[in-house]
Order: sequence, then structure tokens, then C-alpha cells
Amino acid sequence: MPVAQRWRSAILSLIILAVLLGAWQAATRSEEGTAVVDPAYAALVGKAAASGGKTPFPGPGEVGAELWRHLEDPFYDRGPNDKGLGLQLAYSISRVLAGFLCAALVAIPLGFMIGMSPTLYQAFDPFIQVLKPISPLAWMPLALYTIKDANSSAMFVIFICSVWPMLINTAFGVGAVRQDWLNVARTLEVPRLRTARQVILPAAAPTIMTGMRISVGIAWLVIVAAEMLIGGTGIGYFVWNEWNNLSIANIICAILFIGLIGMALDLLLARAARLVSYRE
Amino acid sequence: MSLFRNPFDAQSRLACGCGRHASQAEHDLAQRHEAEALQARAVESAVMRALFPQDALRRAFLRAVGSGTAMAAVSALFPLGAAKEAFAQSPGALEKTRLKVGFIPITCATPIIMAHPMGFYAKQGLDVTVDKAAGWALIRDKALAGEYDAAHMLSPMPLAISMGVGTGSAVPWTMPAVENINGQAITLSIKHKDRRDPKSWKGMKFAVPFDYSMHNYLLRYYLAEHGLDPDTDVQIRAVPPPEMVANLRADNIDGFLAPDPVNQRAVYDGVGYIHTLSKALWDGHPCCAFAASKEFVTRMPNTYQALLKAIVEATAYAHSPANRKEIAAAIAAPNYLNQPATVVEQVLTGTFADGLGKVIKEPARIDFDPMPWQSFAVWILTQMKRWGQIKGEVDYQKVAREVFLATDALRLMKEAGYPVPAQPDKTFSVMGKLFDPARPEAYLASFKIRRA
Repeated sequence: MPVAQRWRSAILSLIILAVLLGAWQAATRSEEGTAVVDPAYAALVGKAAASGGKTPFPGPGEVGAELWRHLEDPFYDRGPNDKGLGLQLAYSISRVLAGFLCAALVAIPLGFMIGMSPTLYQAFDPFIQVLKPISPLAWMPLALYTIKDANSSAMFVIFICSVWPMLINTAFGVGAVRQDWLNVARTLEVPRLRTARQVILPAAAPTIMTGMRISVGIAWLVIVAAEMLIGGTGIGYFVWNEWNNLSIANIICAILFIGLIGMALDLLLARAARLVSYRE
Repeated sequence: MSLFRNPFDAQSRLACGCGRHASQAEHDLAQRHEAEALQARAVESAVMRALFPQDALRRAFLRAVGSGTAMAAVSALFPLGAAKEAFAQSPGALEKTRLKVGFIPITCATPIIMAHPMGFYAKQGLDVTVDKAAGWALIRDKALAGEYDAAHMLSPMPLAISMGVGTGSAVPWTMPAVENINGQAITLSIKHKDRRDPKSWKGMKFAVPFDYSMHNYLLRYYLAEHGLDPDTDVQIRAVPPPEMVANLRADNIDGFLAPDPVNQRAVYDGVGYIHTLSKALWDGHPCCAFAASKEFVTRMPNTYQALLKAIVEATAYAHSPANRKEIAAAIAAPNYLNQPATVVEQVLTGTFADGLGKVIKEPARIDFDPMPWQSFAVWILTQMKRWGQIKGEVDYQKVAREVFLATDALRLMKEAGYPVPAQPDKTFSVMGKLFDPARPEAYLASFKIRRA
């Protein structure tokens, strides 16, 4: 009964959500302070500080109100330092896509070359192994120093972090094409380039797509941190700016959207991967 | 007027703002010619008015000899050409009107920020974008990379950049104006509300905004005066101002000497209390500065002058206590400081909650005075040397003179109607100890706790 099962899991999801929200609400209920201060002082400080406490963590209601405010007008633009959440997300997505596409343009052809020639594979391997584990953010000061442009530096960081999974997966996928198929192509005297295009590419495509999917996930993780460093625009900057304002409610909204966009990017590539998959 | 042009007309061009020119460049050129012609006409009128106090006489003269002859005759008497040139030079054509100025969201940057919403830049014909930067290292790197034309910096930073301290190589940097004086405070976590004696602060963790900051030097000075060695008895780390309250709340640090609105924000959220204002340490100390590269100053002298004029005028406006409320409302917006308006207002008006239940009135909590006294620079250099940031011989006066551009500020302050100081330098005392800028080495040697 797949339909009934789907309903059951949907209801269970809703119950989990309700429990989480309830726990959140219970945990953040502000306890009233007892200290009494004069009203002139109370007018100058926050509500919690006036009664001797600290400003509490925002509850679900507060976050919901902020969320509604962002959803109502996501694309406003009031100067360079105050833009709507939708615009900020658009900036981040455009940076990720630019860096990611550049990386794909470099990694896939290079991966093809490396995968088709064991000599090249051996030659490149030490470099890839050393460069791959470097945290992309460690590149940031270097990028800022040499590129001298904050925006391009952020894209460079995205590029450098998304290039490795794609490169390695492409090389692996190309190298792992079944020898039988290549032998058949050779028997039929198919030219080398045509072999690459019509035999190797379709055979390696699922592995390449997996690499791209990993890459875009990492790129989306990194952009938030990179933008917190460079400032200006983007969802990372939004988080930093709201941290500056100690507005935890806004930060939670941003976290929610970061998660949703990350999920959408992953789903998109999963769909694309399904298009190129095949059964042996 | 482009507004009244029919955009659906195939004949009309919409390339420039006024619609009369094929491109924006052509439009600008024509505008410049127009401005020059207007200036020349203004000079001619002034001369004619001086020659003929009565207008009837002037008209009679012109009718009698004709305008061409009159002009030739006047030119023979008076060097009209030279006068026109001299006049054209004083305001000068701006080399660049679209500028980007970086700032850190703290009240020290008030003049730089408020000049944008309150139109001080626009008044000088500048189209300035004020760009919020995420930290001092970033603002320095963006300024060094040329992404910013000018920037808000801590006043020790131009000195450090000029000497190549903390950067790859020395780049000549200038500091034509101080932003604010006073306006900092030592804030401690609310859990230390009974530990008011600095002698009991051994083992605490403090934050300052940056290694090359007045905050760092003042905090070290304050601790050392109370017998604590800032390098061994306590821990001092650099934390960007926006992250300070979050760190204080998380108990990562015990306190900080920070710019506002950070101190007031800690009070607002019930996280900390204001132990002492920096004013109590050194009344009238400089803090943040308006800084630009030497290259910008020499390559675009007119733009630099206009920008500095806007800053000095904004500073003069902020100097008056009557304007502070209006300024607080203008700069508290998300685009600028992104803080509750009451926090910024308490900082600027000096009537504030101290975090311990008292309302304190201290109108001089923060003040705005653009004068980059060279003795400030000399004091900063002594402290940089005291804590081992610079080593060896320092030509105090030369570095101070080259970086702190006192003369430009003086002239513009006079124009902005500031009370102008009579002597070019001044002495001051820090925590009751007199500083003589003429004898920096002796001053340095007089401290018991020092690294050099």
C-alpha cells in the first residue's frame, strides 16, 4: 500500500515538526527577571535587560514573524548594504553557478584526459592529492591578495572547491569504462575522438554527474562562509550583517533558506543524473 | 530633459541623462564646457561690477563702445584671462565623481556614514557608495587593492601601512582627518559586576577590535598602569566589533575595550556593563580615521579635496550636540549600522544606561573633531614601539608629518566654520601622565612594563 504508507510518513513528519517546534517554544520561554529598575533606565535597554536578564533566544513565533516579513518583500533594494533576502540568495546562487561552471569547464575535459591515459593519471595524482584536502577558505587571503577583487575571489574559492570532486570522478568514470566496450569500438575501427564521444562519455556520465552533485553541494556550503568573509552581498553577508545586529531570528530564517536552496540544487542535479543513467 | 522626451520617438536619443547628447561621455564633456563658460561669465560679471558700481553707467558705456571693444579695453586694464583661470582652479574639475568608501559599522564612522544619507557627499558633487566591510583586515586589503577610494580606518592603521607593519610591503598612506575623539569604553561581562578593581583582573580574556588600534594601546596602557602585564597576566585577542557581544555572551571573553555601539549593545541585551569610558583614560583621544592612499591624494587632488571637505563638514555637523539625535536616526538603519535606534542615540547623546541600573549623563562620551594632531601619531608610535610592534629607530616626527595631514584638515576646518587651533601641535596627558611629543624616547623609557 504505497499510498497509505506515503500518508503515514507525511503525518509522522508533521508530528516530528510539531514536537520540535513545541520543544523550541518551551526551551525559549523567557523567565521574567525579578530585579526592579526605574523606568528611565528600562526605556534605554532591551526588554529582558530591564528586568535584570539577558535577551533570550527567539522563539518560533518571533522567527515566524521575521520569516513572513522576508517572504512578503524578498526583493527590495535599499542601497548597497540593505537588500532583500531573495536578492541576497540570488547573488549567492549566481556566484556559486559561475564558480561551478568554470570548474566544470576545467575539470571535465582534464578529467577525461587523465582518465584515458594512465601515465597522465600517475603524473597528476600527487598534485590532486595535495590540493584536494585544502579547505577552500584557506585560499581566500591568497585570492584576495592576488586577484584584488572580493567578488572574483569568492568565485575563485568556489571554483577551487568544486574542481576536485568533478576531476576525480570524471577521471575515475572514464578510467573504469568496461574494456569490452572499448574493444568492440576498436574492432569496429571507430576513431579515437568518436570513441570518446559515443562510448566513453555515455558510459562515464553517471559517475561524472555524481562528481558534479558532490561539487555543487560543497560549493553551496562554502559560499556562505566565503561571503561572511568578504562582505558586500550574498546570503553569507546577510548572516554576518544580522549577527552584527545580534538578530538570531533573522539568522534562523537565513539558515532555513540556505537549507532549502541547497536541497533544490541537489535535487536538480539528481534529476540530471537520472537522465544519463543506464542499466547494464 | 529626458523626463519630457518621448521614449517612443525614433528620432530622439536616450543615451544621456538630458537626452541632448549621443552618449554619456559627450554629455559630461558638454557639461564641463558649460560649467567652464559659466565660471568665465561669473568672473567677467564680477570684474565689470567692480569697474562700474552703477549698472546704468555700465550699460551706457557698453552702448557707446560696443561689447567687443569694451571687453578688449577691460582686458587691457585687468588680466581677465588670468583671473578666469585662477577662479576655475579653486573649485577644480573632479577627476572622478563615483567613489567607493569602506566603513565598519560602528559609531566612530558616523561622519563617513551620515555624509551619505544626509547629502554631504552630494553637496560636493560626489556620488559616493558607502560600503560596509566585514573587518579591519578586509578593509585594509580592499583599500590596498584599490577597491575602495578611501576608507574608514583605525588611526594607527595608516601609520602601520605606511611603515609596512602587518602588511606585505610599505605603501604610503595618509590620514587627512580624524573621525571621532573619545567614544570607546571598557565593557565587562555582567558576571564580573563586583570586580571593578583592575588589579583583580589577572587571568581574564579581553578583546580589542584590531592589533593596530587605539583600543589595543589604551587597554594595554590601562592594565599596565594598574600593574598588570598585558602580555602575560591577561589574554588580549583581536575580535571584529560585531562579534564581540556574541562572544561576551558565550563567555568566550570576559570583557573588551571596544568602539560603540558594541558597548551599549552589550548593555541593551543585558550581557555586560560599562566599566569605564575611554574618556576617563585620555580625554580627547583619537580613535578612528578617514584614510586614503597617497596615490589617491596626489593623482586626484580635486576629488580628494572635495571628499575631505564633505567629511570635515559632516564632522562639524556631528560635533554639535543639537544634531546628534537626528544623526542617530539616520545612521541606525539596516543599510548602515543596523542597530536599534535607541542604542545609537544613547551613544551619541551621552545619556545612557550603564548596565548596572544607573542612567549616566556624559555629553562628551563621544565627540567629533577632524584635527589629526601630529602628537597623536607620535603617541601611537611610542605605544607601537612599547609593545614590540615596531622595532629599532623610529623617526617619529617624520612619519607623523607624512601620514597625519594636519595642514589640509586645518584649512578645511576653517572653511567649515570650526574653531581652529592656534598652535600646530598640542600636548595631552594619558591617565594623569603628561606626554611631550618632542621627547618620545624619554616618554617610552619612563614605563616600567614594556617590551622595547
